[in-house]
Amino acid sequence: MLTTLKDLRDLLVSLKLTVVLIVFSIILVMAATLDQVNLGVWVVQEKYFRTFVVFWKVGGVSLAVFPGGYSIGGLLLINLLGAHIYRFKWEWRKVGIWFAHAGLILLLIGELLSGLMQQDFTLRLDQGQTKNYSESFRNIELAITDTTDPKFDEVVAIPERPLARLETIQHPKLPFRVVVKTFFPNSTLSMRGPMLGTEAPGIATQGVGPQVIATVKPLTYKEDERNIPSAYIELVGAEGSLGTWLVSPALEEPQTFTAAGRTWKMDLRFARHYRPFSLTLLKFSHDRYAGTDIPKNFSSRIRLTTPDGRDDREVLIYMNNPLRYAGLTFYQAGFENNDSTTVLQVVRNPSWLIPYIACGVITLGLLLQFGIHLAGFFTKRRAAA
Amino acid sequence: MKRFLPLAVLLLAALAVVASLLPPRYKGEYDLAAFSRLPTLVNGRIKPLDTVARTSLLVLQGRQSVSTPEGRSASPTEWLLDMLYKPEVADTYATFEIVHPDVLTLLNLTPDDGAGVGKKRFTYLQVSKGLAELARQSQLAEAVEPAVRTPFQRAVIQLRDSVILYQRLQGSLLAPGVSNFLEQLAHFDTVVPAGLAAVSAKQAGQPHDAAAAKALLELSDAAAVLESTGYLLPIPPVGDRGIAAGWRNAGGALRTSLESGQLNPGLATYAGLGLAWRGYQPAAFNTLVHEYRAGLDRDLPGFMGRCDVEARFNSAQPFYTAMLLYVVVFLLAVFSWLKWPDELGRAAFALVILAWVLSTAGIGVRMWLEGRPPVTNLYSSALFVGWVAVALCIVLERLYRNAIGSVTAGLVGFSTLLIAHHLALGGDTLEMMRAVLDSNFWLATHVVTVTVGYAATFLAGFLALLYVIRGVFTKSLDAPTADALARMVYGIVCFATLFSFVGTVLGGIWADQSWGRFWGWDPKENGALIIVLWNALILHARWGGMIRQRGLMNLAIMGNIVTSWSWFGVNMLGVGLHSYGFMDAAFWWLLAFVASQVAFILVGSLPLSKWRSFSAPAR
Repeated sequence: MLTTLKDLRDLLVSLKLTVVLIVFSIILVMAATLDQVNLGVWVVQEKYFRTFVVFWKVGGVSLAVFPGGYSIGGLLLINLLGAHIYRFKWEWRKVGIWFAHAGLILLLIGELLSGLMQQDFTLRLDQGQTKNYSESFRNIELAITDTTDPKFDEVVAIPERPLARLETIQHPKLPFRVVVKTFFPNSTLSMRGPMLGTEAPGIATQGVGPQVIATVKPLTYKEDERNIPSAYIELVGAEGSLGTWLVSPALEEPQTFTAAGRTWKMDLRFARHYRPFSLTLLKFSHDRYAGTDIPKNFSSRIRLTTPDGRDDREVLIYMNNPLRYAGLTFYQAGFENNDSTTVLQVVRNPSWLIPYIACGVITLGLLLQFGIHLAGFFTKRRAAA
Repeated sequence: MKRFLPLAVLLLAALAVVASLLPPRYKGEYDLAAFSRLPTLVNGRIKPLDTVARTSLLVLQGRQSVSTPEGRSASPTEWLLDMLYKPEVADTYATFEIVHPDVLTLLNLTPDDGAGVGKKRFTYLQVSKGLAELARQSQLAEAVEPAVRTPFQRAVIQLRDSVILYQRLQGSLLAPGVSNFLEQLAHFDTVVPAGLAAVSAKQAGQPHDAAAAKALLELSDAAAVLESTGYLLPIPPVGDRGIAAGWRNAGGALRTSLESGQLNPGLATYAGLGLAWRGYQPAAFNTLVHEYRAGLDRDLPGFMGRCDVEARFNSAQPFYTAMLLYVVVFLLAVFSWLKWPDELGRAAFALVILAWVLSTAGIGVRMWLEGRPPVTNLYSSALFVGWVAVALCIVLERLYRNAIGSVTAGLVGFSTLLIAHHLALGGDTLEMMRAVLDSNFWLATHVVTVTVGYAATFLAGFLALLYVIRGVFTKSLDAPTADALARMVYGIVCFATLFSFVGTVLGGIWADQSWGRFWGWDPKENGALIIVLWNALILHARWGGMIRQRGLMNLAIMGNIVTSWSWFGVNMLGVGLHSYGFMDAAFWWLLAFVASQVAFILVGSLPLSKWRSFSAPAR
């Protein structure tokens, strides 16, 4: 028993395992790169890297075909730590290797933390518009807002999962039940044409629903496209049904209605994350090289204000120059509407410094190791000559 | 006697290099050299007309010289002059290269209608008969995603883009459809006031000169057309001429001339040049060019120097000369293994240094012209990979002096310059950097380091190829040579690990500053990661005793496959934030290269007893 454990430990810390794990990681990365053509980067990351096992559909059945990023990365980490403890002998000659591998451990841990903790949002600002929230790329919420009081709005936001499951939601702040009749993860909306009778009547009875047809579309994995969901929501009050609405992020404005003596707004939108500050787009610039359309620079001049007045300043966000504020980083990601709307990418990643430190340590280690090696090589040659 | 061989070879080669660097000589009485150095703004960069002519021809037909129907060879500048001022003549030159048979069918042409060796060049007259159908097919093809287009769709789109370039170039100085445009411009000072008088008379309801009014109207219509479609922007701004933003095309200059009543002097010059070219008046042509040039020298002191250097650089073609030198290097160095090792070895080494110095000068001039670090696009990355690899080979040869460094330098230098030559067919290689790439700091650090890593991995692979070839097919891989090669490969792999790792990390940091994440599993990032992992694999397998010399060599050859995938293969996937280089025929070359390397690995995997060098009878 003890010998088996010892053999297992020796295997886990062996160099042979390192080599095998490196080969496996090369195969994994290669497969993920090729699959990216079809699935897009985000899905591929979940399928190959942020998982313990990679599943492939083989003849209709989902089979576990290969260890995933967490397994390989985890084993590499164990292998490396074990090697440090059991195999590496501390010699001045090997200080470079020690540093390089210590840095590598830090890098692996850092990437793991990033994978777990990093959050991405988007922030779209029209010229002159102010927002104090950023939006999720993929997650949606059904926002039902009580707008009766002129001084504040009360929002109940229902996330995607109960909507996708067509559940009925009852919330203490809402005087009606929310019944999800239909949910399309990706859809297109079009106005009903004058040719009545050729299309099936929709089930919407309130708001813009009766004039609009929602058609379900297959999910898109392309990087520059977003899935636009839509849903038919019925609200059932104490006296009966208040009606059925069509909601979708594709609809420009929320739909208003009254219930239980209060006024409400309902909107299916990309999930908002409110921030303790606001950003206003003053000007977006799209500089081109003279006489061409080749982009030279994109920049957004933004005003940053906090409600308590602590911060009120202008910042310039452009390529290779993000804004770092309140634990978030804002990058210039895109633009729309003929250069009058800017799209910023907002990232929260508390562990963003770890890769910098880790890479510095590894580089130092490699330089030390190869420097020592090179010096030894030249000394030997001089001695032999 | 033969100890003078290295010196003689070096002198001969140096003479050849100097000859290639002499200023170009143009036949005929027109001062085409001076005309070719006149500046214009194209694609955001101010460049000499010489560059526009050469790169347009490369895009259209893959080579720079033009064969006229009479059978003589025209220089790029001559072609450009005909394009600008005698389009009806230029349309008879076979300058469109079309190889795809379905595209030929589309245009109702057969290969027999083509000109040139290979019968693949066609004239605009031939192509113009099928333009409507070409437009329709390319519209259909454009609806398909670039990554999944068929070769026919890609060929159709490429031909359509070539035709548009051709038409826009022709419509730069001559308004299409206006019969005596140049004459009108020459008489601007009389035509315009007469026309204005006629128009105001007409509006007042009085008798007017209808022809004069019509002439003025034609001119302003021509200005509008020229302004929207002209490709060249050769008219410098009046006043502050250094700023790119002020340069205009002929249409814009004509419009402002009509508004002000004064003909723009630059436009007047180009109109005069056109008349002289059409009217076979070399003396008038030369006078105009020299006067205009003198004016530019006066108003833009020092600025014209850049255009002159670029025009000289274009004609010198230093990388082509270096490519030929590397072939000679390879032959000399390989022969040095058979006979006269000392003399031929030193001759080869001298030529390696000469070729490398020439490449260095070429890269340096490019950096100066563009104001950028050495690697800015795929073309310059190919040049730089070759430069680094040859530099490392020079170091190796100096240490070991067994011609292995020279052979590898010849091989790698030639291959990278050949690849670069084919990459230059996409247009101007001194292009402006797109927004996120517009950072000299990151271009100098991340891109250069990663490219050095690629170069080193390739070098290790080519040294390993030498080991396998010499060991399996010849008896010349004795123990000292084998050991030397093993040490070389090992050392280069260490170097490659360091640089590819640091380069990849710098890329991560750049991405973090720019796109919000250190690592995004983007195809190019994955490719670089695989190179780092592969190099690390070689080292770890060596340290763990899992491979010895032969294993090291086989793994290093595999490194060639890994690096060529990361350098070119990922661009062909067409996805990810890094996809800015998409090629077509290159895919088959990549496949052929990979197949060749796999073949060598298989050969290298033969049992050692089967190797000719190791099957010597037991001592």
